[in-house]
Amino acid sequence: MRDTLAMTSVPITAPRPAGPILPLAVRDLVLRFGGTTVLDGVSFDLGPAGCTMIMGPNGAGKSLLLKLLHGLIHPTGGGIDWAGRAPAEVTARQALVFQKPVLLRRSVAANIDFVLKARGKTGDRRDALLDHVGLAHKAGQPARLLSGGEAQRLALARALATDPEVLFLDEPTASLDPASVLAIEAIVSAALARGTRIVFVTHDIGQARRMADDVVFLHRGRVAEHSPADLFFPEPQSAAARDYLNGRIVV
Amino acid sequence: MQSLGDAFGLAVALVFSGDADLLEIVVLSLRVSLTATAIACLIGLPLGALVAIGRFPGRNAVLIVMNALMGLPPVVVGLLVYLHLSRSGPLGFLGLLYTPMAMIIAQTILIAPIVAALSRQVLEDLHAEYSEQFRSLCLTRVQTVQALIWDARYSLLTVGLAGFGRAVAEVGAVIIVGGNIDHLTRVMTTAIALETSKGDLALALALGLVLLVIALGVNAAVQSVRMTAARQAYA
Repeated sequence: MRDTLAMTSVPITAPRPAGPILPLAVRDLVLRFGGTTVLDGVSFDLGPAGCTMIMGPNGAGKSLLLKLLHGLIHPTGGGIDWAGRAPAEVTARQALVFQKPVLLRRSVAANIDFVLKARGKTGDRRDALLDHVGLAHKAGQPARLLSGGEAQRLALARALATDPEVLFLDEPTASLDPASVLAIEAIVSAALARGTRIVFVTHDIGQARRMADDVVFLHRGRVAEHSPADLFFPEPQSAAARDYLNGRIVV
Repeated sequence: MQSLGDAFGLAVALVFSGDADLLEIVVLSLRVSLTATAIACLIGLPLGALVAIGRFPGRNAVLIVMNALMGLPPVVVGLLVYLHLSRSGPLGFLGLLYTPMAMIIAQTILIAPIVAALSRQVLEDLHAEYSEQFRSLCLTRVQTVQALIWDARYSLLTVGLAGFGRAVAEVGAVIIVGGNIDHLTRVMTTAIALETSKGDLALALALGLVLLVIALGVNAAVQSVRMTAARQAYA
């Protein structure tokens, strides 16, 4: 996969609009569904660059936090401030890769073409994008017959086709084999190296160690800890994070 | 009055003789019902798609009306179209009564709600799967509808088929607005009704056979297209 990255000659990104959408300030975010409080006063800041891992036990609200940040759902209370930008503009300048990739009932190439066309971008980057994720040889095949790892790489390529300034990843490697996990990580690392801000939800502690610059640890709908990765893993500051990293059950 | 066996034998002979009258009736039936199906799809598909993805006040009422209209009685549709197209009606000046165009209009009204209601169901299911991804991609409503219709195209074929089946098999609407005029508005169903009442069971049965073969043929064609699509996970 890394060799494939190095061989890519056509640029896979396009010029970006002026005015940054980072840094991000999240303040007192509350999300309630019915009578259940999922997020209860979440606050943290994200700087303009790097890879932030959002970790925490199941039900901590990680995926919903990503959807809130991306503007797919609205909070019950609190604020999300992307450098003062309007929410609709912010969503358009970001991309989200879901845990279970939602692929169109079309060919691999047509899945990329669809996004390029919908976003008014030139189609000549499609081959470069497919090459970048190692799917050039499957361009004409039906997307929904791809293996799990291939499908997720296509979902990543489609997300990258929108030239996101922030790329959200919601457990993209859950249930993938180790080779596929590394392939996905290589693509994400390449995006990171090009300056894309990464916000990554994972349960894979090894992956978090490999990728994270900082970690937001959610527990019971709150931020239990937000630490740099080189502090979080050796010396977690919260009891919940300590238990989680030690493999003890955290509820 | 012929026996059923005799009538059936005569009917088969008539079908294979390439009888000009029979052919004319079959061709007109297909022309009217296929045109009505095409127009009903042009109206019903976007309508179904808009209701599928839209959230607006009164949506439930629209759904109830759409579903109820699927059961429109053909004679009532025929009567309403007749009232509009008759000389004293608001559209009488068009001179369309007792023409194939009047039959197309009546069948379109009859099946557009079927196409709309069934496509709404198909597209709503697909939208439930795609909607978060589409909102993440910031697609416009038009882009969303286009993508949904394209990706559901094989399921929508079956919807179109249901509309065509209803159109080609109905007799109440076309007999009122078409008048069953020989060489002008006589289609298979109206001819079957007429020939049966005259006691010419051979022609009636021959037309019935053709109708059945068309129904089987169209269903088989659509089914094979769907199976091919399913093998590629496009359906």
